[in-house]
Amino acid sequence: MRKLIYPPLGIVLTLLLWHWVCIQFKLPTSALPTPAQVLDAAIGRWDLLLSEGWVTMKETLYGFLLALALGIPIAVAVSNSQTLNLMFSPILIALQSVPKVALAPILLVWLGLGIESKLAIAWLVAFFPIVVDTSAGLQSTPRELLELARSLRASRWQVFSKVQFPAALPFIVTGSKVAVTLAVIGAVIGEFVGSSEGLGYLLMSATSQINSPLAFAALFALSALGILAYGLVVGIEWLLSPWLPHSDERTDR
Amino acid sequence: MAIEDATLSFEQGELVSLLGPSGCGKTTLLRIIAGLIPKTTGSVRIRGEEVDGPHPDFGFVFQTPNLMPWRHVLDNVLFPMEILRRCDARAKTRALELLGMVGLDGFHGARPHQLSGGMQQRVALCRALIHEPALLLMDEPFGALDELTRMEMNDLLLEIRARTRATVVFVTHSINEAIYLSDQVLVFSRRPARIVERLEIDLAYPRSAQTRFSPRFTALALRASRALGVVH
Repeated sequence: MRKLIYPPLGIVLTLLLWHWVCIQFKLPTSALPTPAQVLDAAIGRWDLLLSEGWVTMKETLYGFLLALALGIPIAVAVSNSQTLNLMFSPILIALQSVPKVALAPILLVWLGLGIESKLAIAWLVAFFPIVVDTSAGLQSTPRELLELARSLRASRWQVFSKVQFPAALPFIVTGSKVAVTLAVIGAVIGEFVGSSEGLGYLLMSATSQINSPLAFAALFALSALGILAYGLVVGIEWLLSPWLPHSDERTDR
Repeated sequence: MAIEDATLSFEQGELVSLLGPSGCGKTTLLRIIAGLIPKTTGSVRIRGEEVDGPHPDFGFVFQTPNLMPWRHVLDNVLFPMEILRRCDARAKTRALELLGMVGLDGFHGARPHQLSGGMQQRVALCRALIHEPALLLMDEPFGALDELTRMEMNDLLLEIRARTRATVVFVTHSINEAIYLSDQVLVFSRRPARIVERLEIDLAYPRSAQTRFSPRFTALALRASRALGVVH
């Protein structure tokens, strides 16, 4: 019961405080609109928010899926081959320390103002957590299980598909949770740098027109989008691994 | 070199314990027998046939159950049969029989994390026996269990052995466990490991809690303790 009452109460109190600050300090709407004004803008322009949100959602999910599609095979290759590991791990680590967001202008020059450049940035920021967590997962397979498989003369494919990959799955899911949140950021950055659609674009154009209520509405739409994308991953986790008792105990980074 | 001149030979259906201090190389020896790590010198033969590399005719039980959390109990037991591509209806029937034999009737659909440590180790035992191996290799399988569960598991192992006639090599650092279970106990010294004593355990079967308090048991335990250097 307490869990049902207190979280909404916290939200209501925060909104009241926000409203009070606006009124008390006579803040201009352009600086900080009241919650009611934001809600007004959100309801008035809901179709715009929805269509722009859809664009950003597509960029996010495609970028994320691309990161999965490329990240997992690369992690598998690197953790199964000593040679590949030695050759490419340093490069991967070096690349990881590049601030990916700083690549946005370059990617824009390469790929243009369309969805491709946003997708590339979303992919880029989502890629590394997936590679890192997938390899960590593959390497965490208990030695004894590998020995058991080996003692039965299991083929490499059997070891991978029946032991290593399922063992790594919880790690891949953890990486995916981080990755999908980052993918949202990547998509928005891409829209900031150069775009004619998406919530990031809407946010930029609303602030340049000093339409703060709409800008705030876009901001809320963005966080709703982030939560939705995260929820999708959690849903897939739940479908894939209902056996996981540790998923709550493991600390997500 | 971790182990010096050790010649071991096991009769069909015999239970041999390798008893020694922690880290003396018992586990290494077990892994060499299993073909999991290459031997530098020496040879391993089964029925006169040289064994080189992993051999599917072995069953393995480790210190920890090492069940796969993503599989139900039944699928965990069937894992070796899947790898050997012999996972048919007969295998499934046998898996259920084995689970019944270790007292886990009705648990085949459970997830490993729903079971206690002792129950998980029973499942691991079934997994080791499912492909009817000629030799069961056990590496301190009950070391992580509490005393009472351990004694229960010892009785269970004796019972399984009587039924399956499997040959068992059992690594342990418990003197009582080694004597209670075995036909033969090989006592190892510290590194470099040498066999310092070979005890024929002539205690009658079936063994029970009474056996643990018989004078013969105590005498054997004393000899093993002397060989280990625990008692002078």
